[in-house]
Amino acid sequence: MIQVLANGLYLGGQYALIALGLTLIFALMNVLNFAHGQMYVLGGFITYTVYGRLGLPFIVALLASAITLALLGAAIERFLFRPVIRRSFREESTMLLAAAIAFFLDAIILLLFGEKQRGVPKIINGVLNLNFQLVMPYDRILIGVVAIILILAFILYMQRSKTGRALRALAQDRVAAQLMGVQVDRYSMIGFAIGAMLAGIVGGLLVSITGVSSGIGGPISIKAFMMVMIGGAGVISGAIAGGFILGMLESVGLSVLHSYGDITYLVIFASLMVFLSIRPQGLMGKPWG
Amino acid sequence: MDKLGQLVKSLGLISGLLSLSLFISLSLAQNPELKIGFVGVTSGPAAAWGTSNLRSMETRAAWLNELGGVDIGGTTYDIKIVSFDDQKDPKRAIAGMEKMAAEGIHYVVGPNVDDGAAAVRPVAEANGIMYFPYAFPKELYTMPASNAVLGMVANYQSGPAIYEYLMENKGVETVAFVAANESDPLSQRDSGVAAAEALGLTVLASKDTYQNDTRDFTPVLTPIVKLQPDLLVLSGVAPGNAPLLIRAARELGYTGLISTETAQDAQVLMEGAGDLANGFISVGGASTPEIRSEVMEEFIQRYTDMFGEYNDESNTKVYALEYILETLKANPAALDDVEEFKATMDTFSVPNIYMKGDAVLEFVGMTSFGQKRQIAVPLVVNEYQNGEFVTLFVAKVD
Repeated sequence: MIQVLANGLYLGGQYALIALGLTLIFALMNVLNFAHGQMYVLGGFITYTVYGRLGLPFIVALLASAITLALLGAAIERFLFRPVIRRSFREESTMLLAAAIAFFLDAIILLLFGEKQRGVPKIINGVLNLNFQLVMPYDRILIGVVAIILILAFILYMQRSKTGRALRALAQDRVAAQLMGVQVDRYSMIGFAIGAMLAGIVGGLLVSITGVSSGIGGPISIKAFMMVMIGGAGVISGAIAGGFILGMLESVGLSVLHSYGDITYLVIFASLMVFLSIRPQGLMGKPWG
Repeated sequence: MDKLGQLVKSLGLISGLLSLSLFISLSLAQNPELKIGFVGVTSGPAAAWGTSNLRSMETRAAWLNELGGVDIGGTTYDIKIVSFDDQKDPKRAIAGMEKMAAEGIHYVVGPNVDDGAAAVRPVAEANGIMYFPYAFPKELYTMPASNAVLGMVANYQSGPAIYEYLMENKGVETVAFVAANESDPLSQRDSGVAAAEALGLTVLASKDTYQNDTRDFTPVLTPIVKLQPDLLVLSGVAPGNAPLLIRAARELGYTGLISTETAQDAQVLMEGAGDLANGFISVGGASTPEIRSEVMEEFIQRYTDMFGEYNDESNTKVYALEYILETLKANPAALDDVEEFKATMDTFSVPNIYMKGDAVLEFVGMTSFGQKRQIAVPLVVNEYQNGEFVTLFVAKVD
């Protein structure tokens, strides 16, 4: 049981980090970023190239992923979402744009990095083994700890920094924030860049554990949406909670239900449907502030 | 005025002659095209399967065209590969096969998965198309179906051979299966379980599944590893998932054997699992270093030159186009009539240029399907060791 809980916590940390960027962008701009998974994949491939192929230190690779995705996110907001949001009053316009970006990035990634699954050498060797009651490789422990540190750092940044406060104000009430002097365009771009950067960082972090391959962006986006729906769209703490809940559900379900056949995900999806029919706004339902 | 008229006439004559000579030289220089289709998955999580197919075909076609084309019935053809990405979606596979029919193509490689291969059957049969799926359902290859030709060794052919080998040579007595929650892997798991039970192996786990988009397999494998089976079978595992599963199993402390009945890629295993993948058994490409010919070596080099990196799955996937072209050479009437192709399949036999020795290309499948609806690629069972595959044993289907 200790192993199952540890698996759940580790998975939850990963998932929460993936969901954070998605929910941030949704909170700021009311945009469902379908390309979030593709940004994760791109971050993974950049780390793979810099660390796995060029042989530079892992931290440099991670920084390269973060910076590239932040710049990409800023450019996408500035040149794609901003004009569309300005000209179109229909929400589905941004959804279509996000879907188009997802397909575009999928194609580009496939073209640039090929069809194969890619992986990098382990960043730490060895396995923590407590009499087989708890078995956890050291690299997973490290990544889990880094994920939690990043989540805490992100929360602190949002709570304490000037930019964080501006972003929260934007998420709460865009017009009021503008009237109070918040530069909406500037902070929307910063927010989108941070969201994309988070996707890139988590993609880079996890390439050392799970590798990366083109084409997994779509499924990752879907999982991220599930977490956001569980926690409540646009709520940072909700995304974190959603990530940990989904991680724990998967871990416990796969252990407890495995002898009943292919039903773990069936149970998860059925539970999610029942949950959303009772509480459609998710666990922490309102925009945060 | 007369002079001007004569000049115009002369210019007209000269330009006419020039056009005629240009037309004739172009006609002489360019061979007619023989279009061969590909309908399979070249994007998304399973892109590796179809991409290795398509790239194998494109590499071989470019090579043959460079040599001047392929002589079929006294006419030399340039080979043109027409491809369609079905995105692993049966509806798109049907659209792809319809596109092939619209282009007048009679020979198609693919689709790569069970549901796609089943979905295109009516379109192929209605339009006189022979297709070469990489999918295992027997009903595609048994009467009354007759247009599909299995492009590889099926798991119900390789599985028993692997289990028997491991029972005899490694003392395997217990086995556990894990599969992706999709039609291909699940059907491969079920036939693997049946084969294992028939051989007298004790099956410890046969219902464990995972979502194909799983990135971390530790929770999936935790309960299975606790059972400590002698052999863990990754039924129908995608090349991208294999290293992740192996790594998770080993890191959880599993020390037994791990095998699969699908083709894998050594580079992917090395990057994804490193030394933890040592000893992993798979049904490999049909041309491992020990048995491949110089032609196969050149194919690998050309593939690498064209696409930057070779894919070991192409060791098997190099064959389908070769079978199509060689059968057409054997009976040129099959160019437009697949019934002629079918008639030739029963007696067709030519040397296998990709292998050393006296191996031949021939159609097999009588034992499994009651008719020759499978290409004869050697059943090569590999073991991964330090970045490359080592041949464990070679067997023959049928």
